[in-house]
Amino acid sequence: MIAALPDPTDDLPPLATYALRLGDDALVLAHRLGEWIANAPQIEEDIALGNIGLDLLGQARSLLSYAGEVEGAGRTEDDLAYLRDERQFRNVQLVEIANGDFAVTIARQLAFSTYQHGLYEALSDSTDELLAGVAAKAVKEVDYHRDHATQWALRLGDGTEESHRRMQAGVETVWPYVAELFQSDPLEQELARMGVGVDTATLKPAWDSRLEAVLAEATLSVPVAAWTAHGGRQGIHTEALGYLLAEMQHLHRSHPGASW
Amino acid sequence: MTTTSAHAYAIAGAVLDPEVPVLTIADLGILRGVNVDDDGALTVTITPTYSGCPAMDAIRADVTTALAAAGFDRVKVRTVLSPAWTTDWMSSEGKAKLRAYGIAPPERRSAGPVALPLSVRCPQCGSLGSREVSRFGSTACKSLWVCTTCAEPFDHFKAL
Repeated sequence: MIAALPDPTDDLPPLATYALRLGDDALVLAHRLGEWIANAPQIEEDIALGNIGLDLLGQARSLLSYAGEVEGAGRTEDDLAYLRDERQFRNVQLVEIANGDFAVTIARQLAFSTYQHGLYEALSDSTDELLAGVAAKAVKEVDYHRDHATQWALRLGDGTEESHRRMQAGVETVWPYVAELFQSDPLEQELARMGVGVDTATLKPAWDSRLEAVLAEATLSVPVAAWTAHGGRQGIHTEALGYLLAEMQHLHRSHPGASW
Repeated sequence: MTTTSAHAYAIAGAVLDPEVPVLTIADLGILRGVNVDDDGALTVTITPTYSGCPAMDAIRADVTTALAAAGFDRVKVRTVLSPAWTTDWMSSEGKAKLRAYGIAPPERRSAGPVALPLSVRCPQCGSLGSREVSRFGSTACKSLWVCTTCAEPFDHFKAL
């Protein structure tokens, strides 16, 4: 365990931290997917990845607003998105890693949307009305995201020799970041006991069997991760997040409160 | 529903969706209700089609403007997520308007472990020979199709 420096985000009520974690996952991935706009291999993919990012951004807005509301210090969704530094972000590292080539992005989408689908499905039954509402709404959107990633993984994996090689490399690139998705901690376990949150460790078996099935059909092999990433939920991030935030936040920080 | 709230509901409900301007927000099923509060102010409740629907701000502004023009100057527009909107909230009148506009309306989504992709009827020529070009279209709520009979591309309002 790497010791995190103390920061104000550590003192949030557990429910606010929880909403922040889910909101940061969605926000950071939304930004990454937005980077594909005008860069995707075909125009339909520009639109698809942009639309998926938009869904995630909508989820992030609800979750960050809620985190601010539970915190009770008057922070808005914008304050939380634009005015926190990287150590205060609580997303998993998987969503922040560079897009890589299209196959890396598809592998990340497959891993993350399958995880998020299981999470939102379970969270739809949360005793917390807001979380249940966001999850029940979002699970149907994520169903489309997961299908999109699955279709591409099959097409690339079971495609040409070159597309197969790159899709396999994509899966291998994201694999070390998968374990973190299912690493629950005391905060999450306590919220799960209260019926508010979901213990993500319980989502792992279904994720494994789905990924194994998709990869097998795509003629890809399930990698063995030589190392595993962790620490995102405690504010430990890869170098990539700082660059991402610099781009995402600079306008708001240069012109506070700017709108159009 | 009081006379005032019914009147206000009719005005708010007639606001057009900015992205599919043949549909009113009542047709779409995203207007959830209009309440007259104790102090006489109005609370309008709307719900997004998709979590990230960028039209919500425009709809909020249009509802406020339409009601102001009818003399309601104290209007609060509230956004709710529950119960989640689905394409089943769209009225059959709305679906007919969509088809006439050239957008294939949503059908009921098949549930279950194997979602069989069903054919979508071309809104131009009525043929069932069509193929999906992209699951994601010009807006979050639409996918892009092409008719194999008349060769015209068309939007399909995705079932959700």
